[in-house]
Amino acid sequence: MKANYGYMDGSGEFFITIDTDLCIECSDRSCVDACPAALFEIIMDDYDDEVVAIKQEHRKKVKYDCGACKPVSDRPPLPCVEACKPGAITHSW
Amino acid sequence: MGEKTKEFWRWKEYNWSDETINPKEAETISAGVDVGSVSSQAVIMVDGKLYAYSNMRTGSDSPDSARNAINWAMEGTGLTLDDIHYSVGTGYGRVNVPFANRAITEIACHARGGNFMYGPTVRTILDMGGQDCKAILCDERGKVTNFLMNDKCAAGTGRGMEVFSDLLAVPIEDVGELSLDVDEEPPPVSSTCVVFAKSEASSLLREGWSKKRVLAAYCSAMAHRVVSLLERITVEKEFAITGGIAKNAGVVTRLERELNLKALKSKHDTQIAGALGAALFAKSLVEKQRKKAVQ
Repeated sequence: MKANYGYMDGSGEFFITIDTDLCIECSDRSCVDACPAALFEIIMDDYDDEVVAIKQEHRKKVKYDCGACKPVSDRPPLPCVEACKPGAITHSW
Repeated sequence: MGEKTKEFWRWKEYNWSDETINPKEAETISAGVDVGSVSSQAVIMVDGKLYAYSNMRTGSDSPDSARNAINWAMEGTGLTLDDIHYSVGTGYGRVNVPFANRAITEIACHARGGNFMYGPTVRTILDMGGQDCKAILCDERGKVTNFLMNDKCAAGTGRGMEVFSDLLAVPIEDVGELSLDVDEEPPPVSSTCVVFAKSEASSLLREGWSKKRVLAAYCSAMAHRVVSLLERITVEKEFAITGGIAKNAGVVTRLERELNLKALKSKHDTQIAGALGAALFAKSLVEKQRKKAVQ
């Protein structure tokens, strides 16, 4: 399942997508610790699979919470994307 | 009641039950309760068949709304809460359903409910709820494969439509048909914010636009807003709409026009999809429990 967490408003579309089919296979879930803003958490989803999700309190402000990792120029690789070995995490912006 | 105090946004609440089914002979009675931000529904299934449901406005207290919804669905059936083997709560208030055995997100429930209502060929479900809008892709079993939810603002939701119904003093049930009764489609009003759209509509009324024309502009804006959400997940055939807005012909027709797709129709009330999915989950979960107990 592709779980899109985030929102779209007048300023654009801001979604973090987690491919849970890839996430299920991952054993270390290093993305959780890699995020400096602590956006990620491990949950049991509706189908009883343990997967990573974006915490509820961050879902409507990902644009701002991810801001520190996304400077306007010379953007380094995103820590969450880099830490995710199965390549399950993508950002829309 | 004078026009000033009349609540034009208020839609009809009701309950229903299938008198041909005898729940006393049932092996499994499951229930799903969807406590949404605007409306609450309770669905009771008897051995996987739709038996009874209720659809009412959510009150200020989620546990009370859940109790009222299930009690109204059971009214006249002879059932009590003790007769229900398993209940699942869903929707915004899902964690506040006091009698639920489990809470499941409305995304998974709408996919499952949509699969029951529209058949296994449905792949895209658009749930236009009271306070959010969800685009869901699912497989032939009703399992979610992709979803997108917009609950940050009221644009593209039922609440936004209620605001317009009240502003124009048009009963909410008539909004869709009236919006289609225009000679020429007007340009849409602001689709990014209900407050902006409302002030724009007030200006248009002052300019001399008819109510029908303003409603057409708003329904068009709402359809446009939702299409941009759907485009992000790529609409797959077959396509269906659930939630209260699915009853608004003005939005549905414009959505179909923009997507160049016909939405599937169901004989069931589109507002019960979430609760129906929850009741289906409840049935599966109680059967799983029984299997475990036997092993």
